[in-house]
Amino acid sequence: MKIEILGTGCPKCQQLLANLKAAVAEAGVEAEISKVEDITKIVEYGVMMTPAIVVDGEIKAVGKVLTAQEITALLA
Amino acid sequence: MSKQLRIFAILAAAFLFAYFVPFGHPRVSAAIGEAFAMLQEYAREHVLLCLVPAFFIAGAIAVFIKQGSVIKYLGSSARKVVAYTVASVSGAVLAVCSCTVLPLFAGIYKRGAGLGPAIAFLYSGPAINVLAIILTARVLGVEFGIARAIGAILFAILIGLAMHFLFRREEQSREQQAAAVAPQEILEARPLWKTAAFIAVMIGFLVFVNWGKPGSISVQTTAGTTITGTRVGQTSSVLSVRPTGTDEVFAIPIDTVADISYAPSAYTSIYESRFYIALGFLAVLLVMLLLWFRRPEIKEWGASSWTYAKLILPYLFGGVLLAGFLLGRPGHAALIPESWISGLVGGNSWGANAIASVSGALMYFATLTELPILQGLQGAGMGDGPALALLLAGPALSLPNMLVIRKVLGTKKTLAYVTLVCIAAMLTGKLFGVVVS
Repeated sequence: MKIEILGTGCPKCQQLLANLKAAVAEAGVEAEISKVEDITKIVEYGVMMTPAIVVDGEIKAVGKVLTAQEITALLA
Repeated sequence: MSKQLRIFAILAAAFLFAYFVPFGHPRVSAAIGEAFAMLQEYAREHVLLCLVPAFFIAGAIAVFIKQGSVIKYLGSSARKVVAYTVASVSGAVLAVCSCTVLPLFAGIYKRGAGLGPAIAFLYSGPAINVLAIILTARVLGVEFGIARAIGAILFAILIGLAMHFLFRREEQSREQQAAAVAPQEILEARPLWKTAAFIAVMIGFLVFVNWGKPGSISVQTTAGTTITGTRVGQTSSVLSVRPTGTDEVFAIPIDTVADISYAPSAYTSIYESRFYIALGFLAVLLVMLLLWFRRPEIKEWGASSWTYAKLILPYLFGGVLLAGFLLGRPGHAALIPESWISGLVGGNSWGANAIASVSGALMYFATLTELPILQGLQGAGMGDGPALALLLAGPALSLPNMLVIRKVLGTKKTLAYVTLVCIAAMLTGKLFGVVVS
């Protein structure tokens, strides 16, 4: 699966990325993780509040820094 | 730059700094003393009773007010009047740091209500943030806090409308794609009035715990004399009183003050019982927590408040040290001579207001750091008008921030926005300076 973190690069987005990596490692899933930092691209997703998580093109969570556990629940 | 090269650069810079900076020079050592004196003043005066409650208030707003329910008023289908009003005020609810403001701004512009409301939000976000208004009122005085809050909202609406007007032809032809509203939890766990009451009680606690000392006082000195009049100012060493009926100011050293009593009035009674009133609010708060909130929500609130503290305190302390080092506390000199400051931005001339608003626009202020810097500037001779101009132009704009806005809006619109903000700040500052004097 392809997981993208949308965020302009502030501590919240970095924290979300770290939690995501932990969740993915914990769940043992194969995932391609990438970060979208360009504002104009973030807007194209239709997301207004960052940080946001997009899994396989579907927006899963917006505006909150999810914990590793919450992310694992999302990926299940 | 490779990591090792970066480490070398840092060590070299630190060495050159330690070698060459004239620490022995009286001006420099005075400045260093001022930096820490200002830091101590902030730690003693503002952190416990003002900042800590403010962090809890900001944390509550972040956790208990669902952003989704506000954003729907900023979508492309929203009526313009609603969009402008919400955009100019929602900064208080939606964002404290620029990393949240910019994506939201881009979203409102490209997919939502359009240029006007987007600009209104872009300006109001940093300008009206709850922590900043609270600390402004505390550090610079209630007049400044109110002027800043009102100024922020008015500016947001006016500048948004101005931008819409300037670029209306382009706006008409630009196709607004329907905002794909991302799935957000809009389910409120409790009715809005409960959340509002909860926050209001915290604000009540904050207001009463910080209730200012009454102005009419009667000072008894250790020498046996009594001086009755209006308190004009107070530092850690001197109490300045203007005796009733005269125009002179007596500077009374604090260690000769035997007793202070206040003229009886409603204000004074409140002042004397302020801690009991605040305790009452605290009790109401605890009852609300027990009845209206569940344990996981309370934990989330705590975590959110802690996140704000972690995010903001380091920069605030850094800003205070810098302001103290360069400008010094009010009444004390530091590195930059007072004559430079009062020469550039003293009084209330158009020039002073213009300089203040333009330099504010270019300078970067981390959240809240504009306050110690402004305190330092005021103490060094900056007029009230230019001070407000700086407050209105500073936090909303900075050079790095302008570059990001340019990526979204393009150079022409960005320049228009920056110019509008500077002119509006300058005009408002001048007006405030006239009204206050």
